[in-house]
Amino acid sequence: MNNILAIAHKELKGYFASPVAYIVIGFAAILFGWFFVNLLYFFEQSSMQAGSGFNGPQAVNVNEMLISPLFLNVAVILLFTLPLITMRTYAEEKRSGTIELLLTSPLTDVQIVTGKFLGGMVLYMAMLSVTVVHLGFLFFFGNPEWRPVLTGYLGLLLMGGCFLSLGLFISSLTKNQIIAGMVTFAVFLLFWVINWFATFAGPTMQAVLNYLSITEHLNDFARGVIDTKHLVYYVSFIAFSLFLTVRAVDSERWRG
Amino acid sequence: MIEVQHLTKRYGPTTAVNDISFRVEPGEILGFLGPNGAGKTTTMRVITGYMPPSEGNAIVAGYDVSSHPIEAKRRTGYLPETPPLYPDMTVRDYLAFVAAIKGVPRRERKSRVQTAMGRTAVADMADRHCSKLSKGYKQRVGLAQALLHNPEVLILDEPTAGLDVKQRSETRQLIKDLGGDHTVILSSHILSEVSQTCQRVVIINKGRVVAVDTPDNLTSRLRGEETMFLQVDTRGADVKPVLEAIPGVMHVSPSDVQGDLISFEIGSETGRDVRRELASAIVGRGWGLLEMRPLRMSLEQIFLELIEKEEPGTIPDGEAAATDATPAEETAHE
Repeated sequence: MNNILAIAHKELKGYFASPVAYIVIGFAAILFGWFFVNLLYFFEQSSMQAGSGFNGPQAVNVNEMLISPLFLNVAVILLFTLPLITMRTYAEEKRSGTIELLLTSPLTDVQIVTGKFLGGMVLYMAMLSVTVVHLGFLFFFGNPEWRPVLTGYLGLLLMGGCFLSLGLFISSLTKNQIIAGMVTFAVFLLFWVINWFATFAGPTMQAVLNYLSITEHLNDFARGVIDTKHLVYYVSFIAFSLFLTVRAVDSERWRG
Repeated sequence: MIEVQHLTKRYGPTTAVNDISFRVEPGEILGFLGPNGAGKTTTMRVITGYMPPSEGNAIVAGYDVSSHPIEAKRRTGYLPETPPLYPDMTVRDYLAFVAAIKGVPRRERKSRVQTAMGRTAVADMADRHCSKLSKGYKQRVGLAQALLHNPEVLILDEPTAGLDVKQRSETRQLIKDLGGDHTVILSSHILSEVSQTCQRVVIINKGRVVAVDTPDNLTSRLRGEETMFLQVDTRGADVKPVLEAIPGVMHVSPSDVQGDLISFEIGSETGRDVRRELASAIVGRGWGLLEMRPLRMSLEQIFLELIEKEEPGTIPDGEAAATDATPAEETAHE
């Protein structure tokens, strides 16, 4: 455990010693702010329209109309920022030779991979914490339900975990962090749009494509539902990606 | 302390290391000598557990690196060819991180880092980022990293590469001091350095062990004959037949002719001192004996000879030729 924390700590320090952490967090803050303001205006308009309807005032739900779509929009931010977090993790160590230090230290491959994943997760949480401020305003001026907000964050954490573990795996395959970043972005995008075809596909294919889409599984979390189906998907996705990373690092040893 | 048994490492179709075996006794400093691409780094990478062997095994401090990697790695310090530094970290932070992953208890980390920085003389750069260090400092921080957890075994891949003459001799001294408490394998392609630092030398070429011995034994073993350098003022006479007639002299070859001043290289049987006979033959005929000295075979010549013996008829190519650079040339490259 100490070994994992030592690696995670080093990773985190590396993010903040380089511009990566500031770019990721800054970029996320700007985009999230933009989404928030837009959705807020939209919500304000809809609630005014609902308040002046022919049939008297209608109830509008801030969770359904503002917070839930907001969470879904965060997926867009992750698409761009998370490759930045993972692209250097292994590629850079391999290029600079520091991987030799890690692999000749009394650490297991699982500890190294877990440590790196954890480091990325902590930075990701720091990035998400920016959004707490915006939601804080909603809680200050309105009274949204807090449970769907919590499940929404849980969903975002799990979805980010999927992206991070996948990015870690891709980074472990190359020495070049630009290639790692580009491929990670492309693969994220693929997992994002994979169910666009679902509407035209047959019933079986449709179910498969929808199941594979990382973002599809976020919908229920954003609505306040914790479905084991989605939990299993996310957790097994993360575990499998990390497992692949361990195997990739190990096979590199044999190939030299 | 270190035992390498029938170690073979293949990368796909190419065999980098082919059936190498040797032992290193506790406290010994072993030099690992060979041209670039001979398999030095590969062998070291197997011993440190960075990569598994294709065949055979390596045992470090009683632990097989393949079956008990964690135990073996705990007892090994390794300086790779390029010091494994994180550019964004300060020297102190970097060493603290290494201490953590090497399993140094939290309480001792600070003092261990301090000691290691002191021993390798990098303490004045403690708060400098690793990316801002000169080559020499990087190399020494790499060495500090290897020493940090006070390992029983130290594997140093070209520890003096990139250092200037003074740092180089300091590092050699440090390594000599480490011997005794630590078992050290160091690789180099600078032969004089190995002969100064190491008690025993393993010479490898093309993935095979060519010779294992002390530097002194290697020298005498390979000298099938003694060579003498002579400079004679001949005053116009023909000296060569006279010298050749002296019993024990095997061949005489003039190496340099400047008018009457002729230099000779004289090969004689081993164990037979022909200096007196040579001197009296020359002086007795009224010629001038200007210089006479024995030519010792340097490790470099031995090395080249061993490699050529390995493959009769071939001249060591570019790779091997790089190794016969003299220390002076080596310094000039940097």
